[in-house]
Amino acid sequence: MKARTKFLVGALAIVLPAGWLMAKSTTDTGVYYLTPSELGTKIAKDPSLYETGIKVGARVVPGSIVRDPGGRSVAFVMTDGAKTFPVTYRGLAPDTFTDSADVVVEGRLGRDGTFRATTLLAKCASRYEAAPDKYKAMPGYRNGAGRPEP
Amino acid sequence: MILVGELALWVAMLMAAWGTTVSFAGGATGRGTLIASGERASYATLAFVILASLGLWSALFASDFSIKYVASFTSSNLPKAYKFTALWAGQSGSLLFWSLILALYAAIATFNNRRRNREMMPYVTGTLSAVTLFFLLVTCLGSNPYERLDWLPPDGRGMNPQLQNPGMAIHPPTLYLGYVATAIPFAFAVAALLARRLNAEWLAAVRRWALLSWFFLTIGVVLGMWWAYVELGWGGYWAWDPVENSSFLPWLTTTAFLHSIMIQEKRGMLRKWNVTLVISTFLLSILGTFITRSGVISSVHSFAQSPIGYWFAGFLVLAIAVSAYLVSTRLSDLKAQAHLESMVSREASFLFNNLLLVGIAFSILWGTLFPILSEAVRGTKITVGPPFFNQVNIPLGLLLLGLTGVGPLIAWRRASPANLQRQFTGPVIGGFVVGVLLFALGMRDAYALIAYTLAGFVLATIVQEFAKGVGARRRMYEENAILALLRLIARNRRRYGGYIVHVGIVVLFAAFAGLAFKKEFDITLAPGERFAATDPYGDQWTFVSNGVSRFQQLNRHVTAVALQTTRNGKSMPLITSEKRQHVDSRGAPTFEPSTEVGILESLRQDVYVVLAGVSANENAEIRVTFNPLVWWVWFGGVIMAIGGLIVMWPQADLRRPQGGYLASLKPEAEVVGGS
Repeated sequence: MKARTKFLVGALAIVLPAGWLMAKSTTDTGVYYLTPSELGTKIAKDPSLYETGIKVGARVVPGSIVRDPGGRSVAFVMTDGAKTFPVTYRGLAPDTFTDSADVVVEGRLGRDGTFRATTLLAKCASRYEAAPDKYKAMPGYRNGAGRPEP
Repeated sequence: MILVGELALWVAMLMAAWGTTVSFAGGATGRGTLIASGERASYATLAFVILASLGLWSALFASDFSIKYVASFTSSNLPKAYKFTALWAGQSGSLLFWSLILALYAAIATFNNRRRNREMMPYVTGTLSAVTLFFLLVTCLGSNPYERLDWLPPDGRGMNPQLQNPGMAIHPPTLYLGYVATAIPFAFAVAALLARRLNAEWLAAVRRWALLSWFFLTIGVVLGMWWAYVELGWGGYWAWDPVENSSFLPWLTTTAFLHSIMIQEKRGMLRKWNVTLVISTFLLSILGTFITRSGVISSVHSFAQSPIGYWFAGFLVLAIAVSAYLVSTRLSDLKAQAHLESMVSREASFLFNNLLLVGIAFSILWGTLFPILSEAVRGTKITVGPPFFNQVNIPLGLLLLGLTGVGPLIAWRRASPANLQRQFTGPVIGGFVVGVLLFALGMRDAYALIAYTLAGFVLATIVQEFAKGVGARRRMYEENAILALLRLIARNRRRYGGYIVHVGIVVLFAAFAGLAFKKEFDITLAPGERFAATDPYGDQWTFVSNGVSRFQQLNRHVTAVALQTTRNGKSMPLITSEKRQHVDSRGAPTFEPSTEVGILESLRQDVYVVLAGVSANENAEIRVTFNPLVWWVWFGGVIMAIGGLIVMWPQADLRRPQGGYLASLKPEAEVVGGS
């Protein structure tokens, strides 16, 4: 066998398992990434999505945050302006988690309509830049420390 | 000065436009006046971009809050050093900073090559001017740092406290220095394709730039890990976040290129592949910028969504189209001059190395872009998380680690059984000894055992190489061991510098494998209360809370907890963690509270303490993490940087004839190296 052919065989011996691993990991670890509205519509059509791992990107409704005194768990309401879901999260909420923060929660939506999050990522809208205009129209939009938008 | 700066920004853009036009025209017609004008335009662009940056800096230092950028990212009580770094704290400023580095690199590349590579240089200057023009266009029209406010705020919003950290002051610029440097090899590749000068000369000119880019990317990525570890307080240093991934992708392809370039130099193989790698690296750094700026992929680091992402998308599409056209029309000029002779050869091991590096890059790209891909194909966003990246990349990474030991030792063309036996008997035994020893000591994590076995093997190959080289010098020149070692490295910088980089890689892998043994505890401590835990090494630790204290400091309110610590009954240093609320000059809070992590660092492990909050009765809510071997991540990064420096350091005797493929070229082809 020529060396090039051998190399191709060797390469396939790496590429094929790696490709299989990628495909398998993608299906194993892939989760829907939805907005609250999309989640609402999807789950109405397909109830099997209850109690399935899902990721939701939304915004915290101002004033809805209820922190456990120890900081170990937190409850809040998330929204995209159209649809809202109550969320509970056990764990340390990041520093950036606050009223009106953009959050990404990963967890399961219970049949009672509460989203039980296992991970909570938050980024503050004012982290690097002013919030995009579409957020300014949202109820409860607050800029930085409550001063007028510069 | 501010007005001058703003004006200079527009002039710089016009200069870049002029430089692009006349350089390409000069390249096509061969007219010397046009070419010279293009080169002067490149210097002029640099001068005006410098002026534009100085203008913004003067506005930042003067706290001129009529400028939106200054008001958004600084406040009058911000320490001076951070007013300086504020230039890259926000989007429009960092775009200007990007243009500054690019213009600087372009001017250096143009100046260094003013007397060589004449057929290519107009196209190199033209391509670099075009890229600079793009960035200046975005800066001027898409996101202008000089944008004014129609009212004058009494104070600025201040800088995000997480950016008020010395690591953050140097992390973005180093990463930019690395990202932007990928444009130079890209420009040379485009120029070589345009001018159909596709022999080794363009490669020699770009090798140093690729190394420079690799060097800064390495430092930038490791600094980013360090910053995330000490500042974000989640206990880790790498989360496979899209922004982290996009800095890692060009590093992977550059590393692949730095290896495959050797095969082209020695054997004239992989010519298409090298052109493709250079172009892909640049495209990946633009893609990375697009990902981080456009908000198409959600990331905790993201800059806010902004339309300039679409400028980058447009530019990316254009660059892909041009590159694809150029490569496809020049395929006949890129024929390989040799073929693979044996699977047991250095060429083959380097091919596998490239395959793995590019495979890893592909899987990371796949995972990062998957939300977009799935939305395009199936209409719903699906994301994959850290488990995906770990499942795919740990096995590929371990294979790569193994090849790190094989590649440098195996003979070119065709290795004989004798060669294999001579080179590998010792290291293979060394690796197994490490693995068996760790197993006997009770380590049962399969991936960690494989990682340490391979690490032992690779380290043994490198030690063996150094020992052989030193031994040979001692016999030939009768030098003492230290002198022989230093001279050995100094006389063969590429080779032994490369080995030192490999040592850094081994150290990094060993440190990553330590993650398998991480232990984490969430605890509540009343003042004076005690908590006991066993660390991954089996040592007993106790933590006693000194209670919560609150005080004022510089521009912030601080809530702190201090823990008295003992290990196996022996007293250790106090560990403190803080929550900080930053305030502006009027005392109003700015941003969310940030966490200051308490870290007790040692070679064995970090004890990582985070104050999560204070509950009723002044109870401190604390997370304690035992993080094994984290120090070695930073140390591995330092070793890699040192190795990179050794490889890059200009070698005096470039003219000494080299064997192999280069020697068969025209004599002038081998002295063009030092661009």
